[in-house]
Amino acid sequence: MIELRGVHKSFGNNAVLRGVDLTIPKGESMVIIGGSGTGKSVTLKCVLGLVKPDAGSVLVDGQDVTTADRDAFLARFGMLFQGAALFDSMTVWQNVAFRLLRGSLKKTKSEARDIAIEKLRRVGLKPDVADLYPAELSGGMQKRVGLARAIAADPEIIFFDEPTTGLDPIMAGVINELIREIVVEMGATAMTITHDMTSVRAIADDVAMLHDGVIKWTGRVDQMDSSGDPYLDQFINGRAEGPIAAVR
Amino acid sequence: MVLGAVAGIGRSTLALVAGLGRGVLFMAQTIAAIFSPPFYFREFASALLTIGYLSLPVVGLTAIFTGAALALQIYAGGSRFQAEAVVPSIVAIGMTRELGPVLGGLMVAARVASSIAAEIGTMKVTEQIDALVTLSTNPMRYLTAPRVLAATLTVPILVAVGDSIGIFGGYLVGTGRLGFNSAAYLKNTVDFLEMWDVTSGLIKGAVFGFLIALVGCYFGMNSGRGAQGVGRATKSAVVAASVLILAANYLLTELFFTG
Repeated sequence: MIELRGVHKSFGNNAVLRGVDLTIPKGESMVIIGGSGTGKSVTLKCVLGLVKPDAGSVLVDGQDVTTADRDAFLARFGMLFQGAALFDSMTVWQNVAFRLLRGSLKKTKSEARDIAIEKLRRVGLKPDVADLYPAELSGGMQKRVGLARAIAADPEIIFFDEPTTGLDPIMAGVINELIREIVVEMGATAMTITHDMTSVRAIADDVAMLHDGVIKWTGRVDQMDSSGDPYLDQFINGRAEGPIAAVR
Repeated sequence: MVLGAVAGIGRSTLALVAGLGRGVLFMAQTIAAIFSPPFYFREFASALLTIGYLSLPVVGLTAIFTGAALALQIYAGGSRFQAEAVVPSIVAIGMTRELGPVLGGLMVAARVASSIAAEIGTMKVTEQIDALVTLSTNPMRYLTAPRVLAATLTVPILVAVGDSIGIFGGYLVGTGRLGFNSAAYLKNTVDFLEMWDVTSGLIKGAVFGFLIALVGCYFGMNSGRGAQGVGRATKSAVVAASVLILAANYLLTELFFTG
């Protein structure tokens, strides 16, 4: 279970998070939605410990992320980055097996390669891409490799940062479906940030709407359309008019 | 107007001190990362190759032309007071103590500090550094420590090679153009050269190597966003590494050869 309690974070004079309270139950898929610049990425980075909150606490299974043993703590996580963030100096399989080639989860090279190829197959890629470099792949394939890397060490918690950004609608659909399947299959806790509503409906069990640095609404995905919350309604229906001021 | 100027001076002083503080902290973290496990041998080996071995041509070319020009200059200068015979020993001393390490260091700075800053800067803006962290890998240990250690160990070797090639450049000009006898030139070079001339240059090389990789990593890790951010980080890395080399050279020369 992931719990955020009164998390505040400012960068200079810019208060990005102003008291975020959010609970993600074990095995659930939570999607955080909100416009650009509302602090979705900062929230996610706070949970990962990449950004330290100014106030409040982030607990994973009751343990504070800022005081936990980093290596053991991060070994339970997997993350798919917005731009895939593949290491361009390494081949595809070395990227996928990164964690299995070093550190506490180290395996032999051939074992690591076998696992990498199996994970690539799981995300719909053939073994012959294993020896290519990331720059030789299309955006959709890079995302899949990123997904394979995120699940390579069978994490308990997986983060997805804008998983469908920059993909065509069909490829976005494929990635959404893959994420859903993998999360259900692995029984993992998932936290996704996105502003793609198709993605939300495909991936989420629960939805939280972040606006102005606080969670404005949270509930089950099937309650989203009948929430009566003016912020959420404006966002999910993509209306220019409403309580959220659009910068034109 | 006056207040504005004073505020401006204050702001830049604060920025300078803060930058210096960040740099020193980064250096301390790097040294800690070099001496604490896990060690990434593959990264270290690859850094040895790119920083050391692949810098050989540029250092060698710099050295041979420097040694050759130095011989011509000393001959021209020496002839004003009938001291042409000092050419071999001054070329050797000049190359080993000063020009080998400093010019070699500057060329390596141009080649290596820029490429490290650009590579790490690009990794930063494409979230590869964040990805490393989420994959339980400390970027200081994985990226910075191997590069800084490799540069500290290889730049002195580059300097030693550069010294030899520079002296050889002087020898070629001395015997080919200035009428020196080959055996006498070599004898003069060896007789007047002391071990400390060479060792001091190698120590300088190690310090310059450390600074070059450290500065490259620092500016890469602190790169701004986008192509412009990486471009600025690369430029700043080369400028800072070059200035630091020249400043460190003065301080080391002061330390080694005075008092």
